[in-house]
Amino acid sequence: MKLHLPCDEATIRSLKVGDFVELSGRMITGRDAAHHWLVKKLREEVLPLMRGSVIYHVGPVVKKHDDGTYSFVAAGPTTSAREEPYQAEVIGRYGLRGVIGKGGMGPKTLAGLKEHGAVYFHAIGGAAQVLAQAVKRVETVFQLEEFGVPEALWVIEVEDFPVVVTMDSHGGSLHAEVDAASKSKLEELLGLSA
Amino acid sequence: MLETSKDHWTARFVEVIARASTQLPPDVVEALRRGRQREQEGSMAAKALDTVLRNIELAGGTWQPICQDTGTPLVWIHHPVGMSTRMLTSAFEEAVRQATARQLLRPNAVDPLRDKNTGNGAAPGIPTVHCEEWDEDAVEVRMMLKGGGCENVGAQYTLPNPALKADRNLEGVKRCILDAIYKAQGKGCAPGIIGACFGGDRGSGYAESKRQLLRRLDDRNPIPELDAMEQEIFEKANQLGIGPMGFGGVTTVLGVKIGYLGRLPASYFVSVSYMCWANRRAGARFATDGTVTWLE
Repeated sequence: MKLHLPCDEATIRSLKVGDFVELSGRMITGRDAAHHWLVKKLREEVLPLMRGSVIYHVGPVVKKHDDGTYSFVAAGPTTSAREEPYQAEVIGRYGLRGVIGKGGMGPKTLAGLKEHGAVYFHAIGGAAQVLAQAVKRVETVFQLEEFGVPEALWVIEVEDFPVVVTMDSHGGSLHAEVDAASKSKLEELLGLSA
Repeated sequence: MLETSKDHWTARFVEVIARASTQLPPDVVEALRRGRQREQEGSMAAKALDTVLRNIELAGGTWQPICQDTGTPLVWIHHPVGMSTRMLTSAFEEAVRQATARQLLRPNAVDPLRDKNTGNGAAPGIPTVHCEEWDEDAVEVRMMLKGGGCENVGAQYTLPNPALKADRNLEGVKRCILDAIYKAQGKGCAPGIIGACFGGDRGSGYAESKRQLLRRLDDRNPIPELDAMEQEIFEKANQLGIGPMGFGGVTTVLGVKIGYLGRLPASYFVSVSYMCWANRRAGARFATDGTVTWLE
């Protein structure tokens, strides 16, 4: 299914684990340094750009052109787990409807998704070219000088950016399910369950 | 006579880095294709691998980075007697800087003392260069790019490990490796490749576990006990059901490569390095007559 950003709460709450989605519209990127920065103080300059949209956990490879514009050369997701301490707060304060990343997130974020009406969109790890091709334009960037290319907050326009919902706004988490099932299997293989 | 100028080797090393970053070795592609065939049609696992395979094709065709996390470049250089290791190391470091300037590598080195990305791909300890002298009249370079996502899910165990019922023997080693694969879940961009080392100290154990990742996925360990262990762990890991990206599925690991080093009587470490599906290896042999042979 196709989803245009920014979007409303009802649309997001209709999504569930396993739904394949293609996102189009504007989104912002951010990882470790960005999340610290976003929780330290309410950043008015990015608030209107984030409300109703999503944040993408990515450290892209970016090319700067002679005319001062930028292009994303490679843009697969980074591991989201590191943002677990901050994510729910960022979702709430900035009005985000989703988080894109890989590897999933934990119970604090899952609760935040339920409370605020957002989902976790899993992008395919390492699919840097496929995903870079979905980034049509780099609008602007925040904190480039301070954080460097991978950690800056890039505001981008995407078209048919492919993701799959692995954590929804109703407490569903594929990651929790797979962890539990694989743990049982390991205990069985190693004879630890007795 | 082999060239001894830094500039000559810098240019050669940039070519090797370009290849590592953009062309996935055929044995890895083959393993991913086989994994895809085993997944259920229409499943999240199958779709994930379809995207991975499409990405590999795109990157290879355009010589763009397979993954945006171009990782830490780790290189093992064999060189003839008398060739300067300082020159070779310096040439590789310069090659990393040039490859970064050309977007073949992401600026990936952060100085933790100043908490700043150096911007040029180099920082204390990065890249990691190992030089070894040999009797051949050629320079052989083998490198890999190992990203942060998979690096973060590596683990080091000490034996005995009561929680895993693991004693100081090969059975214990096997248990630690399986536990590390479980704990990684999909976070290392499964399906992963496992490099492991039992023995060594905390430093050498990890270093050897990474050197194991230079091996082709379709090779077999010449030591029978280790070959058996590699095959067994491969089978059992794929029964865990973690699958590509941790979406669930039958393709959790693409290969398991194990080595060992001497250990202190008091210490028994099992070091596990997890490599993502994008096992970006590249290698070349440079002979005196100027011929270059690309290694797979």
